[in-house]
Amino acid sequence: MFSRDAWKEIFETIQKNKLRTFLSGFTVAIGIFIFVVLFGFGNGLTNTFAKFFGDDATNVFFIFPGRTSVPYSGYKADRQIEFDNSDLADIEKNFAMFVDYVTPRITRGGLVKYKNESNNYTNMGVAPSHQFNEKTIMMKGRYVNNQDIKDKTKYAVIGRLVEKDLFKGEDALGKYVDIGGSSFKVIGVFQDDGGDNEERKIYIPYTTRQLIEKNTDKIGQIVLGFKPQIGYSGAMSLENSLEKYLKSKKFINPNDENGLFIRNIADQLKQNQQLASVLQIIVSFVAFGTIIAGIIGISNIMVFVVKERTKELGIRKALGATPKSVISTILLESIFITTISGFVGMILGTVLLNAMGDTLEDYFITDPYIDTGIAIFATILLIICGALAGYVPARKAAKIKPIVALRDE
Amino acid sequence: MIEIKDLHKSYKMGSNSLHVLKGINFNVEEGELVAIMGSSGSGKSTLLNILGMLDVLDEGTYTLDGVPIINLNETKAAKYRNKFLGFIFQSFNLINYKSAAENVALPLYYQGVGRKERQVKALKYLEQVGLKQWAGHLPSELSGGQKQRVAIARALAAEPKVLMADEPTGALDSKTSYEVMDLLQKINDAGNTILIVTHEPDIADMCKRIVHLKDGVIVEDKMVDQVRASQYV
Ligand SMILES: Nc1ncnc2c1ncn2[C@@H]1O[C@H](COP(=O)(O)OP(=O)(O)O)[C@@H](O)[C@H]1O
Ligand SMILES: [Mg+2]
Repeated sequence: MFSRDAWKEIFETIQKNKLRTFLSGFTVAIGIFIFVVLFGFGNGLTNTFAKFFGDDATNVFFIFPGRTSVPYSGYKADRQIEFDNSDLADIEKNFAMFVDYVTPRITRGGLVKYKNESNNYTNMGVAPSHQFNEKTIMMKGRYVNNQDIKDKTKYAVIGRLVEKDLFKGEDALGKYVDIGGSSFKVIGVFQDDGGDNEERKIYIPYTTRQLIEKNTDKIGQIVLGFKPQIGYSGAMSLENSLEKYLKSKKFINPNDENGLFIRNIADQLKQNQQLASVLQIIVSFVAFGTIIAGIIGISNIMVFVVKERTKELGIRKALGATPKSVISTILLESIFITTISGFVGMILGTVLLNAMGDTLEDYFITDPYIDTGIAIFATILLIICGALAGYVPARKAAKIKPIVALRDE
Repeated sequence: MIEIKDLHKSYKMGSNSLHVLKGINFNVEEGELVAIMGSSGSGKSTLLNILGMLDVLDEGTYTLDGVPIINLNETKAAKYRNKFLGFIFQSFNLINYKSAAENVALPLYYQGVGRKERQVKALKYLEQVGLKQWAGHLPSELSGGQKQRVAIARALAAEPKVLMADEPTGALDSKTSYEVMDLLQKINDAGNTILIVTHEPDIADMCKRIVHLKDGVIVEDKMVDQVRASQYV
């Protein structure tokens, strides 16, 4: 059945029946191609959702001050809430069981100058642990440390692109930059996976920022990293008790929605991942639909092929072809064509996915890809089903008596 | 070579059954050239198909070259056909996407003959039927007579014990028919056993023996003086 001669016979048949070869090959190749591309798009969707949050730690709360909307315990409505250094200390003390670190974040913008170059950058007054929640990666030098906080040093950690923009290839370490009128020494350069905007930022000690602003103790936002082991439900209850605690400390009505805000990344991430996996399921469903369509297509073609070949098979039988050799003639031909074209479709689809990269990012598809295992599984599934679908008509053809097949119409 | 005893065959069509062959007794010796004559529908093809193991008999016995042909499964029938028999059909039945040489080589493929040897043999038999220079042509590029000669070469290629031809000249004009008969006579001269089904008396006269079928029985079985086809070519 697998002799060289049998294969030669099959190659000849394939070569000389181009339309038939093309029809079945095309059906299979298209089926696999569409499957791979759709499945890859599904993964691209998931990638997009992961990317929205992927560059930052997920065990993080962002706590923003707001403006009260109802009067409470002697205070009028429409009062601006502010956080200060004591809030940091209180949170650390009262939630020590659950909290990994707490850091303020005082965000300012403004012109930053070095020699003749200048540009507007966001700068943030932070504590050392801010490095964890942003997942800041140091390229050279160091991040803000506790000594800096204590000494209120005028040190700056600048983004990779800030160095590129302002220093034009010069090494920024140890140089002085002008940030909003004060001179800061560059002690580190960082990179960040969150994209270009993240790398156009400058971090300074938050105490330095407070000193510049008339030695205030106010802070903008609080960033809180909780212990990952408390899990999703732990994070949800921590969010609740934190909200209660801060509202009572700041005299905000417990039911006031606007006094302060807590952004819970874990919760958002979970919701988005759920949405992404629902989308992935839908896309996979459609993708497997294509495979089914491919199987139906190849089955129909096999029926057609066998019908078209009935007379030829009758001749072959009269010349001594056994039923087994009739079946293997048909099956090997079909398996050969579906295997080659299946893998061609798979490779074309994979190449297309790789080539797309982030060109479809506007449609929420980032770096679409398909696991080689899944692609190969789908291809082999189609080949096997194609062979099964071919076996039924092939066996029927093998059973036809030669006189019936040869009867003149 | 062929021994048939009390052969019966009927076709069932719904509740009716058509009794086509009603007790045929018939022997063929090696080297004979036999014409099976009879009007249309008299059962000539049915008889030939049974002799060719393309169909099965209902009653009676059939022995081919000493081998009883009974209870053959498809695989065995295929092997016997390949080993014992060469077929020539009215409508040639060449495979249309294969060249003349490839068609001739096909029975050798099913005999398990190697590729090189197949090609050599195919050319040899094409030469014997005078079509060596047409070896690479497709059937669609050949005339009717040429197609039938390719089919004859194909039937010869397997070196069968018996050649069976069902109306081999039925689709050909008389001049081409005589050329084909001339070829078959020469093949018979070389010692091959040939059965030819025909309803044309002039073709039958070119055989050495005529068996006349009527209403499912043999009504006449006579030796004749062979008319040589070469004189008409
Ligand atoms: N497969 C078949 N099924 C039913 N009837 C058949 C079949 N083959 C032949 N016949 C019938 O059997 C009779 C003999 O047919 P056949 O042997 O082909 O005659 P001939 O070749 O002498 O013209 C005809 O009446 C024909 O219609
Ligand atoms: Mg007939």
